Amino acid sequence: MAADSLTFIFLNAAVINNFVLALFLGICPFLGVSAKRDTAWNMGLAVIFVMLVSSVSAYAINWLLVRFDIQFLRLICYIAVIASAVQLVEMAMKKFSPALFRALGIFLPLITTNCAILGVALFQTFRDYDFLQCLAFSLGAGVGFTLALTLMAGLRERLELANVPNVSQGAALTLMLAGLLSLAFMGFAGLGGQHG
Amino acid sequence: MSPPNQEEKITADTFLRGLWEENPVFVMLLGMCPVLAVTNSAINALAMGLATTFVLLCSSSLVSLFRKLIPKQVRIATYIVIIATFVTIVDYSIQAISLDLYNALGAFIQLIVVNCIILGRAEAYASKQRLSATIVNGLGMGVGFTIALLCLGSVREILGAGSLFGFPLFAENFQPWVVMILPPGGFFVLGGWLLLFNWYRQYRERKLMEQQGASARGS
Repeated sequence: MAADSLTFIFLNAAVINNFVLALFLGICPFLGVSAKRDTAWNMGLAVIFVMLVSSVSAYAINWLLVRFDIQFLRLICYIAVIASAVQLVEMAMKKFSPALFRALGIFLPLITTNCAILGVALFQTFRDYDFLQCLAFSLGAGVGFTLALTLMAGLRERLELANVPNVSQGAALTLMLAGLLSLAFMGFAGLGGQHG
Repeated sequence: MSPPNQEEKITADTFLRGLWEENPVFVMLLGMCPVLAVTNSAINALAMGLATTFVLLCSSSLVSLFRKLIPKQVRIATYIVIIATFVTIVDYSIQAISLDLYNALGAFIQLIVVNCIILGRAEAYASKQRLSATIVNGLGMGVGFTIALLCLGSVREILGAGSLFGFPLFAENFQPWVVMILPPGGFFVLGGWLLLFNWYRQYRERKLMEQQGASARGS
């Protein structure tokens, strides 16, 4: 598989260099919203959606910045534009599709300035992806995030019934579990992903 | 949390709170992404800690100075722009000082922008307190964050590479535990530290209960 083919970029972002388990982006929602499977699933969908929106807007912004040779403003522009783009989409969604808004709405403001979202925008800039590659990359990253989140939620639901030592209640146990999951995902490195 | 418009006196506690009682990493579990991602060696951890402390100090001082001027409705956006400005400064400075370090930390320097500790401090503390208290508290939080990063970074480097700050610690035949510097090691080591702190807290509580029980029986 060629390193710049769309399939490879998608797979690389989704499983080989999974955003949560290999690159440690978006750990806060990963630990915070992974207690129930339904919530985790909705959160994942919201993240895929926001990643697509922010990836497209970051691509446009970067084109403008390079054109006017003011790349040092990149970070400030990305943050501001991603936040307002998500806000706009949220308002449009509320107007045109209230059902979708009810499912995803509460998560949107939470994840707007999450490191996974900004990470997608920054990585695609560093790697000089073209427009289609950006789409594949952000979709892959979102799918990978959802995969990790739902897996984790499934594990944690099982764990609620398990009898664990008193000391390891809470965050410590969740982190250990995430470590095991991450260990399992390292097996995908055999698919030939380059790191970073 | 102190109510708004009530300014706090600076005590040793203002500084020390960030180190232990409200340690951003071990107690509040904030800013987890850089904590796990860049702590594969002690030197990276230290650099990340210092960069975050700098941004935290500068941005919360500025927020505290302008706290009466920033309108309530757009405060979050203002904070983010202030933080992003300082992160850009740090980003370019590290690039100028050491390119190796810059490549090792990668995008995580720019991702300081979305570190919840910084925005959290700006919103919960700096927007209500005067400048001197903000600086002391921010310094405490920054040092607490740096110490936490060093705790993780040194353990991972010792186990995973057999060295500390790049100096080898063991003899030739040491077998490095490579998984510790790979992603899963980050989760394991942080989980281990949290276990240790949980155990210590429970131990202290048990001690306290026993003491109270003994004194109740004695009287």
